[in-house]
Amino acid sequence: MNWILAAEGTGGNSNVLLPPTYELVIGTIAFFTIFFLLSKFALPNIKKTLEARTESIEGGIAKAEKMQQEASITLAQYRQQLSDARSEAAKIRTAAESERTNLISEARNEAQAVAQTVTQQANAQIEAEKSKAVNELRLDVSKLAIDLASKIVGASLQDDARAKAVIDQFIKDLESAGGKR
Amino acid sequence: MANFISLAEVTCKFGDQACPFPAPGAGIFEWRAITSLNLGITSIDITKPVILALLCTVIVSVVFLAAFARPKLVPTGLQNVVEVGYLFVRDNIAREIMGKDGDRFVPLLTSLFFFVWTMNVMAIIPVAQFPVSSRFAFPVVLALIVWLLYMFLGMKNQGVVGYFKNIAFPPGMPIGIYPLLTPIELLSTIIIRPVTLAIRLFANMFAGHLLITVFTVSAWYLLNLTNFVGFVSVIGYLGSIVSFFVTIVLTGFEMFIQALQAFIFTLLTAVFISSSLHAEH
Repeated sequence: MNWILAAEGTGGNSNVLLPPTYELVIGTIAFFTIFFLLSKFALPNIKKTLEARTESIEGGIAKAEKMQQEASITLAQYRQQLSDARSEAAKIRTAAESERTNLISEARNEAQAVAQTVTQQANAQIEAEKSKAVNELRLDVSKLAIDLASKIVGASLQDDARAKAVIDQFIKDLESAGGKR
Repeated sequence: MANFISLAEVTCKFGDQACPFPAPGAGIFEWRAITSLNLGITSIDITKPVILALLCTVIVSVVFLAAFARPKLVPTGLQNVVEVGYLFVRDNIAREIMGKDGDRFVPLLTSLFFFVWTMNVMAIIPVAQFPVSSRFAFPVVLALIVWLLYMFLGMKNQGVVGYFKNIAFPPGMPIGIYPLLTPIELLSTIIIRPVTLAIRLFANMFAGHLLITVFTVSAWYLLNLTNFVGFVSVIGYLGSIVSFFVTIVLTGFEMFIQALQAFIFTLLTAVFISSSLHAEH
C-alpha cells in the first residue's frame, strides 16, 4: 500500500516543475480520449435534443399564439352574429307590430262594411215590409169602406167606376188628413 | 521508507525535542511507481497520479456517455444534472466569449472544463486525496494543446504573416508606441499566455494541497498525550482542534477553488481562441 502514500525523495526527479515524460503521455491520452468520446458520441446527441427542445418550445408558443388569434377572431365573429341576431329580432318585432296594427284596422274596416251592408239590407227589408203592409192595409181599408158604404147606402158599389173614384178620393183625404196631423 | 510522510509513520509529537514539526514539502507531490510499463521508446510509470488521471478520464467519459446516451426532450435524472454543466460551458463560456462562433468549440471547452475540474476535485475525494492537476505535466499538456490550437486557428483565419503582424502591430495604436508594444505583445501572446495558463492551474492546486496537508499533519502532530501532561498538553490539544477545523474550512475553500480554476482555464482558452478567430480591432 506504499503507493497510496506520497514519498519524499523517491525517483530521481524531485523538481516539481520538470514533468516526467510518462505523465505528459498519460495526460495527452487522457484528454484526447475524453475529447473524442464527448465530441463524437455524447455531445452531438444532447445538441440535437436541445435543438429539438427549443424547436418544440418555440413551436408551442407559435401554436398558442395562433390559437389565441383564432379564438379572438371567433369571438369577434360571435359578437357580430349576436348583434346581427339582435337587430334582426328587433326588425322582426317591428314588422310584427305593424302587421298586427294593419290586421286590426283591416278587420275593423271589414266589420264596419259588413255591418253597414246588414243595416242597409234590414232597412230595405223594413221599407219593403212597410210598403207591403201599407198596400195591404189600403186594400183592406178600401174594401171595408166599400162594405161600410154599401151597408149604409144599401147598394152595391162594387163595379161602379164612380164609386171607385169616390173611394180613392176618400182615401186621399184620409191620407192628407193623416199627414196634417 | 524513513522519509514517508504519512499518518501511520509520523511518530513525532509536539514537545519532543528530537522530533521537530515534519513540515510537508514538495515531497508530498512525489509518488512511487507501482509498476512500470516498458513501451520501447519510453517507459510509463504507473503511479497514483497516473491512476487518478485515468480514473478521471473514465469518470468524465462514462458520466457524459451515460447522461447523453438517449437524451430526452424533458430531461430527468443524470441527464438533467450533466445538462446543466454542458449548458454552463456553452452559454457562460463559449457563447459569452465568442458568440455564435463559440458553438463549434463547445465539445473542446466541455472536455477541458470537466477534465480539469475532475482532476482538481480528486484533491478532496477520500482515498484519492490528491489533485491530479498539481502534477505539472497535466496542466502543461492541456496548455500546450490550447496553445497549438489557437496558434493554428490564428494562422488559418488571418494568414501566417497576417496573424503575426496582427499580434505584433495591433491596429489603431500611435506609431510611436510600437517599439514598446511589439515585444510585449509578441512575448505575451506566444509565450506568456500558455505558460501562465499552465502555471496558474498547477500552482493553485499545488498550494491548496500543500495547505490542507500542513494543517492535517499539524492536527496530528499537536495531538500530544505521552510526552507532557497538564498545561502544555492543553495547548497541544487546542492547537490540534484549531488545525482540524482549519483543515475542514480549507477543504470547503478548495472545493470553490477547484471549480474556479477549471472555469478560468476554460474561459481563457475561449478568450485565446476568440482572439485567433478575429484580429483585434
